[in-house]
Amino acid sequence: MADPFELAGKSFQSRLIVGTGKYRDFAETKRAVEVSGAEIVTVALRRVNITDPGKENLLDFLSPSRYTILPNTAGCYTADEAIRTARLAREAGIGNLVKLEVIGDQKTLFPDVPATLEAAKVLVREGFVVLPYINDDPIAAKKLEEIGCAAVMPLAAPIGSGLGIRNPYNIRIILEQARVPVIVDAGVGTASDAAVAMELGCDAVLMNTAIAGAKDPILMAEAMRLAVEAGRKAFLAGRIQRKLYATASSPIEGLLG
Amino acid sequence: MHVIINGEAQTLSAGLTVADLISQLGLNQRRVAVEMNREIVAREHYGDRLLREGDQVEIVHFVGGG
Repeated sequence: MADPFELAGKSFQSRLIVGTGKYRDFAETKRAVEVSGAEIVTVALRRVNITDPGKENLLDFLSPSRYTILPNTAGCYTADEAIRTARLAREAGIGNLVKLEVIGDQKTLFPDVPATLEAAKVLVREGFVVLPYINDDPIAAKKLEEIGCAAVMPLAAPIGSGLGIRNPYNIRIILEQARVPVIVDAGVGTASDAAVAMELGCDAVLMNTAIAGAKDPILMAEAMRLAVEAGRKAFLAGRIQRKLYATASSPIEGLLG
Repeated sequence: MHVIINGEAQTLSAGLTVADLISQLGLNQRRVAVEMNREIVAREHYGDRLLREGDQVEIVHFVGGG
């Protein structure tokens, strides 16, 4: 069944987007990404260690010709820092996508919504394809879409928390009103969380810690691939209504007298 | 000549370009981005952009992240 995920004019087979942080080494990163089936991977931008630049670089393992590289602005606490980071990422030569994060607080890593809006305005104007990380806040989602963001990425729960979707009702409201893809970003803990996101009708799921932090990241990468596929198919299939009482699956007629 | 590279004070010989610096650091084959005094240096200007006393240089690349 052809069911491509369309994002900013590009078409993808996989609806799982994975981060590349927290792995033991680049080889493990590469293996997990391969097994996950993801075609879009997020990366961060940091200073080169000039006293010891190292022989290997992440992009030697994840070729930009094979993967769509999505740089983030993680660690930025102001619109200016996020804009500066996005511009540098674009200059590094892997395209104009940016996962816009403007963090509001160190403990929760919740986004600073006004600053995210401010940065999104500037970056959209400069031709970036902006994918903003936001709370499960339908108003913020709406405003970011109006600014011209290519998708909205509400969190399931705090980054790295593994709590799963805390407010499925808000995600449903965001989905109902959005005309751009809705990608659940952050807070997924295990396969069922990813499946829930997809069953709600989200277009894709973005995760990092849930895979990288698992005891066996490679096996979890596979579990997530299957969960996202299963959740998507269940959404398309249309689930049955919930009922309080039983409905027999076997016919009543023909029962032994 | 004293410059600050990625927050660290460095002494370099005069007359270096950004391209020379990248080469000295062994970063030729890398996808890096360079900022000088908070302004991005476009790749095509690496060869003609000279470093000057007191310049603040940032050289960044991609690392694992979520």
